[in-house]
Amino acid sequence: MTEKIMFPKPQVLANRPTHYCPGCHHGLAHKLVAQVLEELKLPEKTICVGSIGCSVFIYNYLLLDTIEAPHGRAPAVATGVKRARPDKFVFTYQGDGDLAAIGLAEIMHCANRGERVSVVFVNNTIYGMTGGQMAPTTLVGQKTTTCPGGRCKDREGEPFKMAEIIGSLGGTAYAARTALNDIKNIQKTKKAIKLAFRAQLEDKGFGFVEILSSCPTNWKMTPLQANERIAKEMIPYFPLGEFKNTLGE
Amino acid sequence: MSKVVFLEELCKGCLLCTQVCSKKIITQSSRFNKQGYKVVEIKPEDLEKCIACGFCSLVCPDSAIVVYKSVEEKEPENV
Ligand SMILES: Cc1ncc(C[n+]2csc(CCOP(=O)(O)OP(=O)(O)O)c2C)c(N)n1
Ligand code: SF4
Ligand code: SF4
Repeated sequence: MTEKIMFPKPQVLANRPTHYCPGCHHGLAHKLVAQVLEELKLPEKTICVGSIGCSVFIYNYLLLDTIEAPHGRAPAVATGVKRARPDKFVFTYQGDGDLAAIGLAEIMHCANRGERVSVVFVNNTIYGMTGGQMAPTTLVGQKTTTCPGGRCKDREGEPFKMAEIIGSLGGTAYAARTALNDIKNIQKTKKAIKLAFRAQLEDKGFGFVEILSSCPTNWKMTPLQANERIAKEMIPYFPLGEFKNTLGE
Repeated sequence: MSKVVFLEELCKGCLLCTQVCSKKIITQSSRFNKQGYKVVEIKPEDLEKCIACGFCSLVCPDSAIVVYKSVEEKEPENV
């Protein structure tokens, strides 16, 4: 008999406590990204492009070569990196304020051009880092500091469904939406990250995965209540699944 | 025999692991770590109920749980 470790901590995940709030899904998303990078034997050839938001310190937690992009500009920075170094594996890690608000133009054009980069999009329906303002993904009725009465459809419109939008663009090879609220969805998220990475590795096009994640602090809930909110409120509006897959699997 | 090790100083007491535990044996303890979080534990008498599914380790956003599972020598490496 020997002992094996179940779901061992990936080596590229640094051995240090994170600054994330208790139960925040950023830590879990980092871990899944790290696992996939290792399974695809990518860490040595990866360049990570960080974004602005709570995950701004991603370079402290993933032991990878990393560039920090200005707010929303990660897909543009990744474009430059990949075109200059096509031998590298390049991915961005972005929140919904970063990707769907200030960075909406960058993500749309990057996907539409079919840049050979991959994007990990953490959608927690709020601006986490700055204290819980409304994001383009905030659900109708959801209360935030900038819509204290709840987001109003007539005033602010309906939340952007980024995975569907990106999936509709010609340059996209893979676009999917997953969630981190339970074990089954966590495992599906890992598979989707892998496919979004393979879209780049196999030179098929742009790879995108939207991960429905929690921000218990700004949702003013416990982490367990936050998981319930993902299941009861987020998934019904943001359906899970693949919206484009040209990888043949 | 399985073994679960909690890296208490990394735990933030979020309780996500308590929910996914196949045997519901992870509970909040009365101890605080240096960060000021109330850590979780498995009571010694409950440890034998653990089936080493590893779900607690998978879900932990802070990588604060290591689950060891006893396997036959020949089994392939963990992937
Ligand atoms: C040019 C610029 N405008 C505004 C800000 C302030 N700011 C920092 S983080 C952030 C929003 C981040 O939200 P999100 O992308 O959803 O990430 P989260 O913190 O929720 O993970 C904003 C508006 C900034 N840093 N730079
Ligand atoms: S504010 Fe929200 S997104 Fe930021 S670390 Fe805390 S829980 Fe995570
Ligand atoms: S999931 Fe991790 S951080 Fe949260 S209570 Fe369990 S051991 Fe602690």
